[in-house]
Amino acid sequence: MAPSCPFIYIVRKDADVYSQILRKLFNESHGIFVGLQRIEEELTGKSRKAQLVRVSKNYRSVIRACMEEMHQVAVAAKDTASGRQFSSQVSILSAMELIWNLCEILFIEVAPAGPLLLHLLDWVRLHVCEVDSLSADVLGSENPSKHDGFWNLVTVLVLQGRLDEARQMLSKEADANPPSAGMCRILGDLMRTMPILSPGNTQTLTELELKWQHWREECERHLQDSTFAASPRLESLCKIMMGDEATLLEHKELLSNWYHFLVTRLLYSNPTVKPIDLHFYAQSSLNMFLGGESSPEPLDNILMAAFEFDIHQVIKECSIALSNWWFVAHLTDLLDHCRLLQSHNLYFGSNMREFLLLEYASGLFAHHSLWQLGVDYFDYCPELGRVSLELHIERIPLNTEQKALKVLRICEQRQMTEQVRSICKILAMKAVRNNRLGSALSWSIRAKDAAFATLVSDRFLRDYCERGCFSDLDLIDNLGPAMMLSDRLTFLGKYREFHRLYGEKRFGDAASLLLSLMTSQIAPRSFWMTLLTDALPLLEQKQVIFSAEQTYELMRCLEDLASGRPGCGEPDAQRLQDDDIETTKVEMLRLALARNLAQAIIREGSLEGS
Amino acid sequence: MEEIYAKFVSQKISKTRWRPVPSGSLQTAETFATGSWDNEENCVSLWSIGDFGNLDSDGGFEGDHQLLCDIRHHGDVMDLQFFDQERIVAASSTGGVTVFLHHPNNQTLSVNQQWPAAHHHTGPSSPSYSSAPCTGIVCDNPEIVSVGEDGRINLFRVDHKEAVRTIDNADSSTLHAVTFLRTPEIVTVNSIGQLKIWDFRQQGSEPCQILSLTGDRVPLHCVDRHPNQQHVVATGGQDGMLSIWDVRQGTMPVSLLKAHEAEMWEVHFHPSNPDHLFTCSEDGSLWHWDASTNGSEKSSLFHQGGRSSTFLSHSISNQATVHQSLISSWLSTDPAKDRIEITSLLPSRTLSVNSLDVLGPCLVCGTDAEAIYVTRQLFS
Repeated sequence: MAPSCPFIYIVRKDADVYSQILRKLFNESHGIFVGLQRIEEELTGKSRKAQLVRVSKNYRSVIRACMEEMHQVAVAAKDTASGRQFSSQVSILSAMELIWNLCEILFIEVAPAGPLLLHLLDWVRLHVCEVDSLSADVLGSENPSKHDGFWNLVTVLVLQGRLDEARQMLSKEADANPPSAGMCRILGDLMRTMPILSPGNTQTLTELELKWQHWREECERHLQDSTFAASPRLESLCKIMMGDEATLLEHKELLSNWYHFLVTRLLYSNPTVKPIDLHFYAQSSLNMFLGGESSPEPLDNILMAAFEFDIHQVIKECSIALSNWWFVAHLTDLLDHCRLLQSHNLYFGSNMREFLLLEYASGLFAHHSLWQLGVDYFDYCPELGRVSLELHIERIPLNTEQKALKVLRICEQRQMTEQVRSICKILAMKAVRNNRLGSALSWSIRAKDAAFATLVSDRFLRDYCERGCFSDLDLIDNLGPAMMLSDRLTFLGKYREFHRLYGEKRFGDAASLLLSLMTSQIAPRSFWMTLLTDALPLLEQKQVIFSAEQTYELMRCLEDLASGRPGCGEPDAQRLQDDDIETTKVEMLRLALARNLAQAIIREGSLEGS
Repeated sequence: MEEIYAKFVSQKISKTRWRPVPSGSLQTAETFATGSWDNEENCVSLWSIGDFGNLDSDGGFEGDHQLLCDIRHHGDVMDLQFFDQERIVAASSTGGVTVFLHHPNNQTLSVNQQWPAAHHHTGPSSPSYSSAPCTGIVCDNPEIVSVGEDGRINLFRVDHKEAVRTIDNADSSTLHAVTFLRTPEIVTVNSIGQLKIWDFRQQGSEPCQILSLTGDRVPLHCVDRHPNQQHVVATGGQDGMLSIWDVRQGTMPVSLLKAHEAEMWEVHFHPSNPDHLFTCSEDGSLWHWDASTNGSEKSSLFHQGGRSSTFLSHSISNQATVHQSLISSWLSTDPAKDRIEITSLLPSRTLSVNSLDVLGPCLVCGTDAEAIYVTRQLFS
């Protein structure tokens, strides 16, 4: 006897999926994803890159919007625990946007040397945003240059290459502190004259490089001449502008991370860096910044992999670090559209993009509501998407007909007839159990399920036998072409028509219909007795309705039925009683048929008018 | 310029409804209610479209809609309607009908009245109680009519604890929607493609009229009555077909218009400009049908984000026995007179648009992509 575990574990996959704010991310990015797949065919030529960059920016703006909203919620949170949770979520989103932005610059935009640095500068400026609040603080105060954070602000501006703003700060300092005015002016001039590639500039890289060397020499000269000796701060700024690593590292706190250090370093020591050389600088920057005190974090490894242009490594590290497949699935898909991923065959034969999309979509299907998004993702997985969708879609719980209709529409649009049939069958069974025979029939019509239609018709007929009248006449009277779906259904429709004809006193038509029902074999044998019994009133009418031929047919049917009944010797009182009733009925029928036959023969044998 | 604002709201929207403006007032619509579905916790929410002095930098109004308040709702919100200025009635997938009351002073919603077991397959008294979703409601102060998957029609009166009248087994299939024809008469549509007219003045549980299209029994999902001509009714079907019926004449629709590619979830005549009709569908589009006869001037007006589709034509036949299924404009009898211009209002294809509502120049709709779209310049 194996010991049993007394606990029940509640397993929940992808807890992120349940966050309210992240839902917006999933929904909006779904729209972008589907849009991208749809325009794939139209992406050609030169505009292709621009469009892909636009898609990438769309994704990023969605992440940022989410981040902002989550930040507001974190700030407004009432208890510290949830506030902390939201804040950590914000930093994860921020990291995702950071990585995506870098991938956009390196892989999608594929910026060449020159513009590359500008993009990297933008990248850093976007992500180190304490500058703005600090700037607001300092400028808002009465005496900016006397503010505590003044020099920090100037330094940060220089570190980020925002030299115009730094110059303005210096001019305030010059105004407030006349002795240093001269030095400020010189430094300001240096800042103003730094050659930098601006977008739309037509200089070549070589020209830029020359000018920049020239400018650098001038800075060097000022340092050697000790122009700024009187103000250590200004001298330090000049050293930063020379790209002096030691000075840069002194301002570690202002740089706050190694990639900022990297970009600043490149700005002031090698602005025309080529993409392939990036990783040397990146590695050394990381080492210098960490200085052996701490080891790289997952984010650092991911960024490093990006600088090394190792896309697969980036994706792999991100998959490990992040708890949810959203990021890697969408990024990989976008990079795949940029035709950057070789097919990387995993053992079950699909490629990495497809694998990630499948994982992401499966995660969506685990959510009570987001499964609808998952459908579109499966659609764009050529190898295993359809199969996965078939398996998942059958397992969505259907508590209302409207939801069922949506699921059915999804299946029908993709020609998943098996799933349609199985879902309709489930719904039809539920309807039958709830005695909603009309609904059951409409489900079996939709699934073109003849077997089920037969089942429903049998139910109707049974109800009729038990109660002596039809329920749901509104349905049976209006079957229309659906009647052809199953023999039993046709029989039901025709039988009801017989009743209607009888009610309208169109006995001749009723009689022929009744006969055709019996002879055409669509009436179930169990029903023949009822049909024959229905014939009784017609036989008993004053006028002769059934012709002799017809009467012979009826008699044949009766004898068929009577002889066919097996003589099972069940000594059951009820059965004997039933047999009694049966025998009486048969007797009555025989009598009525005989009488009718007699009258029919006479009538047919007589001359007209006699 | 026509602008349509979208906002993602983290819940799939099943119904959106404008709050009615007091009659005779010159206000435009400001507030709308939404109901969600397929969530573990669904809710009914009230939103405002920012007339709170939210001016942006050049003096225009902020387009975004803001949440005022919401309240938890048991089960999916299957239908929603404003009973009056403060009360909202919601139909639930658990079979209940709930009246919510809005308190404007502290911006909250509370439950005012509830009929929890309005729709069920087996009754509450039986041991195997099984509820049935309530699929549609319509209000006409002080009455509320509800229909459901159990084929039952209930007539409630506010402040009466029990239903005033119940028609059990009114239909053997699911009733999808209901609307008032004239006050004691309602029209329902069901999943075997029939329109049934019921008169509450009559006893008994038979409809006084049944209309249907012969041929394929395509389920009908929505129904709306022309605001001025009470005998004209529009329905939308599972195949996306829009049908216009004249209930005084015959049993067949007067015209059929091939519209969407999937289920049409809602159809609405514009309450003050009934020459305009709006439909939304599972295929993710929302269409504006303009049958007013101003001809060519209108073609330049609805261009933002829309694709103007080719003209379809319809003909109102006076002999109701003949119906024409019209799919191409070749069959139009009088091209100048019988043109309908159709515009798609949403900027891009999205998941299913489940619901829409129009009031004055404002339109709101909700989608399965968890977004709400609002425009305040329908007829610019």
